[in-house]
Amino acid sequence: MGDCALIKHAPPPAKYGGRHTVTLIPGDGIGPELLTHVRELFRFCCVPVDFEIVSIDSKSTSDDDMNNAITAIRRNGVALKGNIETNHNLPPSHISRNNILRTSLDLYANVIHCQTLPGVRTRHRDVDIIIIRENTEGEYSSLEHENVPGVVECLKIITRKKSLRIAEYAFNAARQNGRRRVTAVHKANIMKLGDGLFLQCCKEVAAGYPEITFDSMIVDNTTMQLVSKPQQFDVMVMPNLYGSVISNVCAGLVGGPGLVPGANYGKDYAVFETATRNTGKSIANKNIANPTATLLASCLMLDHLRLHGYASMIRKAILATVSETRLHTADLGGQGTTSEVVQSVMREIESKGPRTSEQI
Amino acid sequence: MICLKRSAPSRHLWKEGLISSICTLVSRVVGAMKSQASHPRTFSRGLQTVTLIPGDGIGPEISTAVMKIFEAAKAPIQWEERNVTAIKGPGGKWMIPTEAKDSMDKSKIGLKGPLKTPIAAGHPSMNLLLRKTFDLYANVRPCVSIEGYKTPYTDVDLVTIRENTEGEYSGIEHVIVDGVVQSIKLITEEASQRIAEYAFEYARNNQRASVTAVHKANIMRMSDGLFLRKCREVAENFKDIKFTEMYLDTVCLNMVQDPTQFDVLVMPNLYGDILSDLCAGLIGGLGVTPSGNIGANGVAIFESVHGTAPDIAGKDLANPTALLLSAVMMLRHMGLHGQAKKIETACFDTIRDKKVLTKDLGGNSKCSEFTGEICRRVQDME
Repeated sequence: MGDCALIKHAPPPAKYGGRHTVTLIPGDGIGPELLTHVRELFRFCCVPVDFEIVSIDSKSTSDDDMNNAITAIRRNGVALKGNIETNHNLPPSHISRNNILRTSLDLYANVIHCQTLPGVRTRHRDVDIIIIRENTEGEYSSLEHENVPGVVECLKIITRKKSLRIAEYAFNAARQNGRRRVTAVHKANIMKLGDGLFLQCCKEVAAGYPEITFDSMIVDNTTMQLVSKPQQFDVMVMPNLYGSVISNVCAGLVGGPGLVPGANYGKDYAVFETATRNTGKSIANKNIANPTATLLASCLMLDHLRLHGYASMIRKAILATVSETRLHTADLGGQGTTSEVVQSVMREIESKGPRTSEQI
Repeated sequence: MICLKRSAPSRHLWKEGLISSICTLVSRVVGAMKSQASHPRTFSRGLQTVTLIPGDGIGPEISTAVMKIFEAAKAPIQWEERNVTAIKGPGGKWMIPTEAKDSMDKSKIGLKGPLKTPIAAGHPSMNLLLRKTFDLYANVRPCVSIEGYKTPYTDVDLVTIRENTEGEYSGIEHVIVDGVVQSIKLITEEASQRIAEYAFEYARNNQRASVTAVHKANIMRMSDGLFLRKCREVAENFKDIKFTEMYLDTVCLNMVQDPTQFDVLVMPNLYGDILSDLCAGLIGGLGVTPSGNIGANGVAIFESVHGTAPDIAGKDLANPTALLLSAVMMLRHMGLHGQAKKIETACFDTIRDKKVLTKDLGGNSKCSEFTGEICRRVQDME
């Protein structure tokens, strides 16, 4: 499980003697406790990263908090975050904080790599899918109005520019990672103009990558294929909403929300979080949440900062721990606790012996 | 109302009439309580007319299979075959042929095979025309694991109820400027109320314990928010049914890990499209999934949702299970539970036995052989 679909661009410059500063947004639910474990682990491994904590959660009501968070991420260039809960009973003026972050920073590509992990029992074997989801437009444009009482219109916006951009990202990522096939997921038989445009852009970009096979599939058929034969998929690219559906289906196929990390990339910024973006309110502060997804997300972040040595060291330890059935947390059918998993990761790293700075 | 109650198979025909009458009585009582009534029908022991639309591709052969099985089961159904190829009406508008419409208006019940979507015929898809003509507002898909047709998922027993007239499929799209397209998702109070009411009534009539509204109101606050509000309001009148709400992505995540936690799901058009196909995939695909469309004025059209399979059309290779199970769903809707149970059992037993199966089910028998086997079992049950 190596680099996950990165467009290689220069990471933000390290400041203060080779140490990076990363914005940390604990969020709600299980976010704070899991990100505390990340800090603990990084301290243990002497990772040259300092965290600047910005508390944006469902309790922050003013726009200032949001603006400060965005400024902090702009300054540092990289963030690691938990999910911020959206109270969907509040009026429409209260837009999802997570959404605002993504659109303000133009984090246009949501990249999720779903892989069957050894030691995790699932119904399907040998799943290895990279999902690239357009992250800033589509159905998430937050443009709704009620012209006539009782009749609401919600606008889904698809633009040529953003569709080309995400298609380019997908094909480039496929090429860089030696992947053979890109599948565009759409519903162009019904949304002829919107998804039709998206599909058209994908076809245009595909022409520039002759070594990669390009095909397309309608979203409902895709979900059906995923639950019967997920091994047929390689790289998938799609607009925002279908991305939400497909990434959650794939995460479920490989073992659930506690295992899969996710990354949001923009031209200048990158924000790392879990793939399925759950708050996990019901299991918060009980020491039962699965930290794997968050820990793996921090490894993706380290890779982004070009700290590959630390990233692979920690990743190897996490995968070794996940394959230990007796340490499985409740979501994997076990009774292990969060801290047991983190302790095991640290023990795993320690057992590999001390490293010099040349080795890292 | 569709009754999918698994009643004990009636061994004597007179019991069938009694059960049928009781169901009629129950439906009358329940019907009187409903604000939006699908009017209760009198199902006498005489023949009930059903409009049959064989469809294209493998449509005709699977329709013939279903008719044969119904004959073997001595089901009191009289089929009226109709074609629904679009014709241009007096105003220049595309519509279904008058004979088809009249037949449906009279019989109120339809069974439909797969229809091919014309590419350059100039008229919209036939399914869309049927939907608009009869205001088929609810698409109901019960997904139950078939014993004998193994998939990675067992014990699936859920129902997806999808709003079928508005939402993301309103077909309203504009090019704002070159390179910027806007698609409009329409959610109305009326349609949301109607589908929510149908879902709760369905749950009550079919002894289902809970209804879950699937939405994305965290992102689409106004539209899905309205849908959710209406569901909550309707839930107030159905306190005997448990009502929950869940985000679409959470449903997808949980569905592929543990589908047994779901019962009845109600949702707007697009989510319904995706989820109903996802659930069909869990039990084995569109070749074994029944589907029913409920319309205003008591009209109901049951259909197989797979494609026309032109490559195997006319070769006696098709699998009639989907259409047959939809016809069973139709029988239950009409109150003929005994017949429904008999035919369904024969079909499931045949699949479980694995001796005579069509190619897509893993065997190498012909469609006619598969049909014959089911007919034989049905007759043995007499």
